[in-house]
Amino acid sequence: MLFLFWCAHEFVPFRLPEFQSLCHLFRIPYRLQSGREDTPFVILELDSESQAQKILSRSICTKHCIHLWGQGNSYEEFHSSLKSFQFKDYSDLLNENKSFKVNVEAFQKKISISERSERIESMEYFPVQGPVDLKNPDVVYSFLEDWGQDGNNLPPAPYNIFFGRNIGEGQRHLITKLSIKKRKFIGNTTMDPQLSLLMANLGQVENGSFVLDPFVGTGSLLIAAAEFKGITFGGDIDFLTLHARSKPSRKGDKKRGDDESMVANFRQYGLTVHYGDVIACDFSKSPWRSGLQFETILTDPPYGIREAMTKVGTEKDYTNQSIPEKYLKTHIPEKVNYSLKDILEDLLNFSAERLSIGGRLVYWIPIIRQEYKEELLPSHPSLSLLHNCEQVLSSNTSRRLIVMSKFSNEKGKAVVYEKITNFKDQFYIPLAGNIGRKERKERVKEHGHLNISQEDMVKFHGRSNQHKMKLEAKMAENT
Amino acid sequence: MKLLTHNMLTSKAIKQVNTGYPLLIEARDVKVSEVEFNPEFIAKIIPKVDWDCLRRAAEQLGHLDKIPASVPDTYENQQEFLKQAHHVLLEIELINGDLVCPESNRKFPVTDGIPNMLLREDEI
Repeated sequence: MLFLFWCAHEFVPFRLPEFQSLCHLFRIPYRLQSGREDTPFVILELDSESQAQKILSRSICTKHCIHLWGQGNSYEEFHSSLKSFQFKDYSDLLNENKSFKVNVEAFQKKISISERSERIESMEYFPVQGPVDLKNPDVVYSFLEDWGQDGNNLPPAPYNIFFGRNIGEGQRHLITKLSIKKRKFIGNTTMDPQLSLLMANLGQVENGSFVLDPFVGTGSLLIAAAEFKGITFGGDIDFLTLHARSKPSRKGDKKRGDDESMVANFRQYGLTVHYGDVIACDFSKSPWRSGLQFETILTDPPYGIREAMTKVGTEKDYTNQSIPEKYLKTHIPEKVNYSLKDILEDLLNFSAERLSIGGRLVYWIPIIRQEYKEELLPSHPSLSLLHNCEQVLSSNTSRRLIVMSKFSNEKGKAVVYEKITNFKDQFYIPLAGNIGRKERKERVKEHGHLNISQEDMVKFHGRSNQHKMKLEAKMAENT
Repeated sequence: MKLLTHNMLTSKAIKQVNTGYPLLIEARDVKVSEVEFNPEFIAKIIPKVDWDCLRRAAEQLGHLDKIPASVPDTYENQQEFLKQAHHVLLEIELINGDLVCPESNRKFPVTDGIPNMLLREDEI
């Protein structure tokens, strides 16, 4: 059986990895019939409608799903395909007791009402017996035409024509449900809800999965994992952010509300049962007991200007001495620089040890496009690289969402090349999460990427004079 | 901090500490709340729990009576057991208090439900 998944035109490189991850999660053999980046349609061969429903129960990329009854590269091929469909197997849907309607959609081409009727009438062989009901039909069919990507440069005929029965919708409503605009507790590093939900799917979170974000920040990734019923835990070295006492990042807020907290977000969405705990801790010296394993690790590691990259440590030699007792109560641990290379090494080593077999690590890595090569990505002998999805931020920077899976308990060490963690333009990266959805779509439409410019950076980072000065100094260095 | 979480924590990162588990609990404020019960969810969590550690922790918080002595073989199907486990693991929270390393006696404060396991630079 063929199912057409009509996908949203956002985060296209994440689509097929999401389908593959969900198929794997539900033990559905992944058989892709077609799924090019330049069309909204992904067609999978599945064994049953219930398999399609399982995918729909989690898919963030899918708007609607259609059980495909006919398709073709031309009207002739299309009608011939549809005519040969086994309509008699679906007599319960086609009988006189079931009202119906046919949605006609032509992508990139504007068609009039009469043209819509023409399409429907061209299927005079379609053996539907029930009455038409445009308001509340029992069955909805879709007649779809793909006219390409460019509305101003249409081909003489559609590239593809599809017809089938609508069987359901994806979970895109969750994007609105988890909207940051209405969320109680947010910060500069809060992940876009659509991306956080995609990450949770790529991480294969399911009911009761132990999920960890070792750089939890404001808990945005845990919210998505909680939505998919994991039990979520987070760690962060930033005590103030964990306790929701950091400076507010919402425009107009002078200070944080009394009821702002990590757990308030879970309460807001009815997800309290999926909130494990968050812990103030240093990732390089983590507090998890030996033998404890997580099914999924989801994280957006700190990599620059917006968050401090530090761990507890010192140049002083404490081998044979301790901090005098009288200073202990008010002592704030000294921190040393924790480079991105160290962070990624620790992250991969931690994941190789702490993930269950088959468990997944999903993390972002910032990239200079001109220098990128897949072989340069961090690796570990016990982790395999499954997916690598790019979100382009500007003509020379992007970030990639890396999905790795643990396949062995064999001990080994992560390999992270200095080259890939060495970049001057890292201050572009934090902006990616702070561009609103509407503006993001507009920029991608116009430039093919987020087109983050120096102007954006000054606006974003220049919130305090100190920041502004640091930034101007760095920019002067780079030019 | 839930008892489930306490079950997962160790002070082993402190140099010279060998096991650092289980951490002792000195409770000041404990809260009992109601959390939606989902048997499938609890059944998945149980295999990761060190049951002895859980019992000791429940005892230190004054809730030993609520917890079964051990995990029955067919726990996935035993609603009563799952309900009790759910209560102890997810509904009893330490809001303020300390977690204490059993070897070095180092105290880790818990404030507003969040444990602070950050080490000092002379401990690592």
